[in-house]
Amino acid sequence: MMEAGAFIRAAQKEELRPYPRFLLSADEWQALSAALVETPHPALLALWAESDRVHALFQDENGDLLPVASPVVNGAYAALSPARPAAIWFERVIRDLWGHFAEGGRDYQPWLDHGTWAMAAPLSLRPKARVGEELPREFAAPEEEDVHQFALGPISGGIAKPLHLRITMHGDSPLAAEFYLGYAHKGIMALMRGKLPRVAARFAARLSGDATVAHALAYAHAVEAALGVQVPPRAIALRAVMAELERIAHHLFQIGVIAKTAKFGILHAGCGTPLEELRAGTALAFGHRLMMDCVVPGGLAADIAADGQATLLGTLDALQAKIQDLAALSFSEPAFLARLQGIGRLSEKLVRELAPGGPIGRAYGSHSDTRRRPGYPPYDSLEVPLPDVSSADAAGYLKILFAELRTSMDLARRLLEHLPDGEISTPLTASSGEGLGVAEAPRGDIWHWVRLDGGMIAASFAADPGWRHWPLLEAALVGGTLEDMPLCLACFHCSVSAVDL
Amino acid sequence: MLSLKLLQNLWKRPEARAFPPAQAEILAALQARLQEASQRRLGRSLAVRHVDTGGCGGCELELQALDSVIYDLSRFGLSFVESPRHADVLLVTGPVTHNMKAGMERAYAAMGQPKWVVAVGDCAIDGGVFQGSYACGNGVTTIPVDLVIRGCPPTPHQILEGLLTLLEANATGG
Repeated sequence: MMEAGAFIRAAQKEELRPYPRFLLSADEWQALSAALVETPHPALLALWAESDRVHALFQDENGDLLPVASPVVNGAYAALSPARPAAIWFERVIRDLWGHFAEGGRDYQPWLDHGTWAMAAPLSLRPKARVGEELPREFAAPEEEDVHQFALGPISGGIAKPLHLRITMHGDSPLAAEFYLGYAHKGIMALMRGKLPRVAARFAARLSGDATVAHALAYAHAVEAALGVQVPPRAIALRAVMAELERIAHHLFQIGVIAKTAKFGILHAGCGTPLEELRAGTALAFGHRLMMDCVVPGGLAADIAADGQATLLGTLDALQAKIQDLAALSFSEPAFLARLQGIGRLSEKLVRELAPGGPIGRAYGSHSDTRRRPGYPPYDSLEVPLPDVSSADAAGYLKILFAELRTSMDLARRLLEHLPDGEISTPLTASSGEGLGVAEAPRGDIWHWVRLDGGMIAASFAADPGWRHWPLLEAALVGGTLEDMPLCLACFHCSVSAVDL
Repeated sequence: MLSLKLLQNLWKRPEARAFPPAQAEILAALQARLQEASQRRLGRSLAVRHVDTGGCGGCELELQALDSVIYDLSRFGLSFVESPRHADVLLVTGPVTHNMKAGMERAYAAMGQPKWVVAVGDCAIDGGVFQGSYACGNGVTTIPVDLVIRGCPPTPHQILEGLLTLLEANATGG
């Protein structure tokens, strides 16, 4: 049997911009699924479907992208989950939305479909009407003595996301943790279908509020690739400014949440001030505190405000000193650091299989950063350093967050100081094509795929890093004690809405 | 001699005169005054239970900002609580996905009287951009909404303004 990466490359190529796709027959797809069991490479980044085919996105050890597609025969395709645990969640969603069955899969429980919609498989060609059919998630009840289960959500905590968490405990050691999501399913892909790319951008921007720039950017990259549109340099620079500011906001928020959970109140409070200053700056410069709907296919919805450049440079100056103080505060508090040490340790095998991205992935030793590879403008002309990794736990993650804060501040400042003049948008053509776009969000790599038909969205899919991080979080929760669970949840801080679609 | 005294005291009626019954009018007036004073002193506090009915997380970010040192919600007597049983206000964000509808209604049912419902963000008000999806309704429609705060997402300032208005109405018995 050929090595899996070589096996994919030997297949027939199809047009998908900018990364050509490999088309496998159903038998070849099955052979691929068997070949993947032998090796951790290539890693699975995303798996999705259309009414007649199934798509996968792989990345090999050199960082090369391998998009693959295969026809769905009699409503079924060979499951990838035996070889790639990340595929489990995707396969469940493919069944819920398109109705395709993953043969030989590891989990057939519904996820997005809780039985409340008027139809089953809403993205299939002919969705079947359904009334009053409940599809409750079945959790395996513990059979051993001394083993108990407790359930949290979908409404729990203070200001919390809608999700259900089932934890199985033996005494006070966790045996299993399982998330049940789907409460935030809004049917975004159906809403995007048949709309002009700029209209549909509003949905891409609302996949995840704290990564709205990154999702809109990955989506815009996909549409622009499909239509072969060139974006003006000023728009490219301003998009990157927004993406870096979004990262700064996310990391500050994230450090605050970790501090709050670890009961380090002064650090939590300290993160709130620069975060609010940043939001005030983005509101002045771009007209929206979260910069929602600012990035659109073809460029930007509006130019930066007349005094926006000076405002943001001033904000960055003010933030610089505050963030330095926060870092000094964090790393001079041994009790805080000791609390974080060892939280979230995982087996290397599982980390390799799930290939996490972003600062979480980098804390586990991954070199993945899509700004570096595959790279996209303007980062090809800027240097994005990889942060130093100290330990694969929450303490190491905190260090990475601070290092990335410094990098993003530096990048945003350099971009703002050398802002090119000119147009901020290119008109889109009403042509057809397929595109795959990527953007490095605060939490990792976001992939958007679109198929355009006569200038309209015919099909789309968005892969948030959460797809690979949620299963990793399940494993991390089991690795520690009950008291460590809130800290694990705070560190991973996965998006519910972006994976619930 | 002593036993005689004891016996006499047992037979004698008490020296204290019977207390006249409370006068109904004065009682009512006093009660009203007390109520008003306590409402003024103790009514300036609302416990808020937040329910995310499937929003993108934007409104939640701004709610979290309210809890930060900048807005410092608790100085106004507003606090987020964990259980709907402890809450005066159900603060709903998100377009109310079909999957979250039952959860929201249950949280409302668990709250004691009197209770308020605040719909925060365009999604919760009428579904926002998600109107017409197979997976959600048009915002909060199955429980009575007392106050809406527009925006996608509304700024922390706008949310605070809305909640303070509600606080005022509650304190003045409106």
